[in-house]
Amino acid sequence: MRSHLVLLSIFAFLVSLVFALLNRDTPREQAQFGGLLFAGFLAAGIVLGWLMYVFPL
Amino acid sequence: MPATAEETPSRSLVLLCIAAWAIPGAGHLWLGRTAKGALLLVALPFMFVLGLAIDGRLFPFQLSLADPLVGLAAFADVGIGLIYFVASALGYGGGEVRAVTYEYGNTFLVVAGLLNLLVVIDAYDTAVGRK
Repeated sequence: MRSHLVLLSIFAFLVSLVFALLNRDTPREQAQFGGLLFAGFLAAGIVLGWLMYVFPL
Repeated sequence: MPATAEETPSRSLVLLCIAAWAIPGAGHLWLGRTAKGALLLVALPFMFVLGLAIDGRLFPFQLSLADPLVGLAAFADVGIGLIYFVASALGYGGGEVRAVTYEYGNTFLVVAGLLNLLVVIDAYDTAVGRK
């Protein structure tokens, strides 16, 4: 497994899952919070990736 | 000698924290939070094993001022509990620095350990009634 996007997505999913379980009590709240975190991780990863493409370190 | 009324709860708390550290999710399962414990029991070891599978490295304990982050990474790796020692004993976690996924693997291993430490704190908070 060498795809950066797949690894980033798996990482984002697992971290979001644990944070949602620890920070919210009901399953509905956990799903909402976890989904928001997951989307935020993915969006931030993609935006930062493109920024580094334009402005390499 | 029988334990006093004050010793018993604190001893249980210590055992709870040790169990929660040793086996991810065990603290929540102990407290009857079955769904949460089961999800943690699957998610965190999966993250750790995936980190090993993609050539991550289990960092050695060393006190070196030249490379202090190695010691901190080793501390984070151990946060996952018994599975760290099993993987070490079986020879996993050597790390392949030339692999394209090496840094991803390290990140998965370190974050899995740190997340498990957060889980231990959450189990403790739940046990003492803060949550």
